[in-house]
Parts: sequence; structure tokens; C-alpha cells
Amino acid sequence: MSLLRVENVSKHFGSLIAVDNVSMTVEPGELRAVIGPNGAGKTTFFNMISGFLNQTSGKIVFDGEDISSLWPARRVWRGIARTFQITEVFPELSVRENLRIAVEVASGYRLHLWQSRNIDGEVKARVVDLLEMGGLADKADRLVGELSHGDQRSTEIMMALALKPRLLLLDEPTAGMGDQETYEITQLIRKLHRDQKHSIVLIEHDMRVVFHLADRIMVLAEGKMLAEGTPKEIAANETVQAAYLGKAAA
Amino acid sequence: METLNRQTANIIVWLLLLAMPFWIKALGGYTELCTQVLVYALAAMALNFLLGFTGVLSFGHAAYFGLGAYGVAMTIKYLVASTPLALLVGIVVGTIAAAIIGWLIVNLRGVYFAMVTIAFGQVFYFITFRWNNVTGGDDGLTGWSRVPIDLGFTRIDILHNPTAFYYVVLAIFAVAVGIMAFLLRSPFGRTLLAIRENERRARFLGIPVERHIWLSFLISCLFVSLAGGLYALLNNFVDPRALRWDMSGNFVIIAVLGGMRSFWGPMIGAAIFVVLQDYVSSMTENWMSFLGLFFVLIVLFFPRGVLGILRRKSLS
Repeated sequence: MSLLRVENVSKHFGSLIAVDNVSMTVEPGELRAVIGPNGAGKTTFFNMISGFLNQTSGKIVFDGEDISSLWPARRVWRGIARTFQITEVFPELSVRENLRIAVEVASGYRLHLWQSRNIDGEVKARVVDLLEMGGLADKADRLVGELSHGDQRSTEIMMALALKPRLLLLDEPTAGMGDQETYEITQLIRKLHRDQKHSIVLIEHDMRVVFHLADRIMVLAEGKMLAEGTPKEIAANETVQAAYLGKAAA
Repeated sequence: METLNRQTANIIVWLLLLAMPFWIKALGGYTELCTQVLVYALAAMALNFLLGFTGVLSFGHAAYFGLGAYGVAMTIKYLVASTPLALLVGIVVGTIAAAIIGWLIVNLRGVYFAMVTIAFGQVFYFITFRWNNVTGGDDGLTGWSRVPIDLGFTRIDILHNPTAFYYVVLAIFAVAVGIMAFLLRSPFGRTLLAIRENERRARFLGIPVERHIWLSFLISCLFVSLAGGLYALLNNFVDPRALRWDMSGNFVIIAVLGGMRSFWGPMIGAAIFVVLQDYVSSMTENWMSFLGLFFVLIVLFFPRGVLGILRRKSLS
């Protein structure tokens, strides 16, 4: 069974049609990239999957269950975690505290008023694992708001991973980053996909990243799906070249 | 190192509070002034649970303060002559009102939330103001006084012995403050910080934000009702000004003045507020303008409040 099935979703903002009748199917363990020029409706598409926006029409099915009308927190509980184009973290808390909150919420302790020493130890150990995986161990006790853009981004991705998601949505993970940072984040995402078998959908601007990482690519333009296929097929697709890649190359 | 400092600070605070009725006299104060500091501190710390640690501004906390106060006064006057029972009634009344109103307004944010809390606060103000034959209307509710507490083996005469009353209030204050500190250090407390820091991120971590804000509002109002109840006992009197909007404003001013990001900040704010009110108002009618000036200076130059200044000094 497919992990995620998006069926003919549209989003209208008044008379503006941001996403027009788009469908997508993601298999377990797949890394899917969504690309397209600015204003193509990529983020709106993402927002409907994560429940940040409600679709005007269409249906979203996650692991066989229709989640179209569930509010965001419930979609998170089902296993959909996301990051944002503009990094969303807890700036005045330390990296460790950021991750700790995510781990506790994911473990179902959000209403707990007290933790036994055992559980406290488990939570802390999991936080340390995440810190190491994200390359943040040496910055664990600094405030996230003081970190570099790249480290903030890593923190956000690690918070999403703390939720043990079954599907990870990454909205432009390399946006606004230098070459070195882009390389590090790309390596991290590749590790999550190849080694840990995470299912990932990713919006990306940087073509090198996309063609390097993705199993399949979906191209959006002006709210419509232009093409879908493997990186090779997309690179060879003339409509895509004309609408998007050609422009980027020129 | 930091936890050590925090422990030392806590010990100093509690020692100062325990000895306050003694050292305040050396400074020309009196015992009721100490009790007043505690009552305002409790109210402002309770407000700060919501404001400083959940990031939600309520401008209507006087409503629950006043409901607690009237709950206590009316219980003693009309129902039963028992101070603990009266306090319990005050807390229950205030908290139930908060549960209902909180449920109605929890989807609002920022200035809209603040405005609606004022509006609901004024509803309660006008009820107490108009309902003469029950609440005493504008004249307030008189003809009752706090009742000595009978513990079975001994009797604490809180009515005639202001020092005894101070220590009873201090004990209640300690329990209330202890519970709030405990809650803030729990996983639940950390979800509140998460909401303060970034509501969107909190929501997409799977925290049902509205529900948690509602709970925080409830806890905050519970302790504000308790403070209101103690306020009525302190004065042996309550009138509609206890739940008017300017009282809500006082709580916000106290919290911000003292430092709303720190747990003890509002207590320092309360001490400054009560002392200014007592000393300056004996010299001029316009003591509020002095408080206002002081407030503006603090907010302009030290946005983290008085405790923020002290902290920075100790770090540098």
C-alpha cells in the first residue's frame, strides 16, 4: 500500500488558483522531490498535506486513512512531520531543550507533570543520539537563536526526526545556505533516506541537490503538475526544460 | 554553577520572606504591608504563568481575582464562618468561570485575546457593581471578617494577630508558588515554553496548542482566584474595584516591571508596586504617575524588568 496518496487536490485563494488538481503517490521508503519555479504552488501543496491549510477540493490519504480534514497535531500523531521554508525553532531555548521538547511530545509525555528517573534517562539519551546525528553535540547548550542558519536548520530537522515520523516533509531544506552548509544538509538527508529508510518528500530549489537525492521528481508550474518521473526522465523532458530548467540554465 | 546560583537565590528569597515582618519595621513599614506584597506577588506570578511562560497576554485577570475575593467574602458573610472553606469556594468559583471563558476565547491570539479578556472582566465588574443587595454594589461587601483557623489542637487567631495572618498567607503562598514551579519544570511546562517560543513549531510537533493554552489559563486563574481570596481576607472587605480592568492592568504592570521571563520577577515587581503605593500615596494623590514614569523607564531601558538588570549585573 502506498504511504501517501494525494488525490486531485486544489487550493483556491479567492480567484487565485494556487494548486490545481494535483495528484501524487509516495511509496514507503521513497524520496520524492517537488520542484518548480517560484509561485508554482509547492509550499501550498505541502501545507495541505501537513494540515496547515485545508484543501478546496480533493483528498489526502495517509497509510490508507483519509486525513483530509484532520487538524495538524493529529496528522503529526499519525506520523507526518515537517520543516518550514523559514526555519521554525524555539529560539530562546537551547538546542538540547528544543530536542527534549520534541522527544517528550513524541513519547506521549506532553501532559506529564513528573518523570521517573528511568524515563528522564531515556529522554536524555534519545536527545544525545539526535544531537550527534545532526552534528550538534558541541552546540547542545547554546541558544538556538544564536546559531548559524545551517545549524538552526539541522536543529529543526532533528526535531522533526525526534517525532519518529513515518513521512518527513522538508520545505526547501537548503534555502539561503552557503555551499558548505548545503553539502552538509544534503549528506544528512541522504543518510536519513539511504541508511535509515525514511520516507521523505522534499521541496527544493537547488537542482544539484534534487538530482543527487531524489528517487522520483514531480514538477509543478502555475499550480499544475507538469511532469513526474525519475531524475533522468525529468532531465530529458522537453516541457520541463522549456518551463523551468531551460530558464534556470539561461 | 547556574543551578547552584539558582538554589542560593531561592534560599535568600525564602529567608527574606520568612523574616519580612521583622525587617520591614526597621524600614518603617508594617506587617499588613508584607501581606499585601505576598498577595500581589501571588497574583502577578499566577498571571506570569500565562504571560511569561506561555506567551499569552490576559488583560482580564482581575475578574478571577475578584471572583475569588467575592467568593471568600460571600461565603463567610452568608454561608459558613470558616476561612479555609471560604478560600476553597473562592478558588472553585474563579476557576470554573475561567474554564468556561477560557474555552470560549482560546482560539484568539495577541491583542484580540487581550481585548476579549478585558471585556469579560468588565462583565463581572458590572455584575458586582449593580447587584446591590447581594454584593453591596459600589460600597463593597462589609459586615464580615476573616475567621480564626481552628486546627483542632490549636487555634490560629488570624483576625487579631496580623503576624499570624502573614505567616498563614506565606504558607499558602509557598504551596501555590511551589506548585507553579513544579509544573513549569515538568514536560507539560516545557510544552508551554514551546508555545511561547514558537506556536507554529509547537503545533507541528503535535502539541494541541489551544488545549494547552486553555490549561495554562486555568492554572493561572486558579492561583489568581486564590490571591483574590487572600486579598479579601487581608482587607476584611471587598468592592468592585478588585475586579475592574485597572486591577488587571496592575498585575500586568507588576509582572513586566519585575521581569516576566523570570520566575521571581513579578515578586520584585509586587514589592516595588506596594511600597510605591504606600509611601508615595501618603505624599501625593498622584502616586500612579510616579509608578507610570518608573514603569516607562524600566520598559524602555530594561525590557527584562528589574530582575533582568540584577541578573545582568551578576553576570558581568
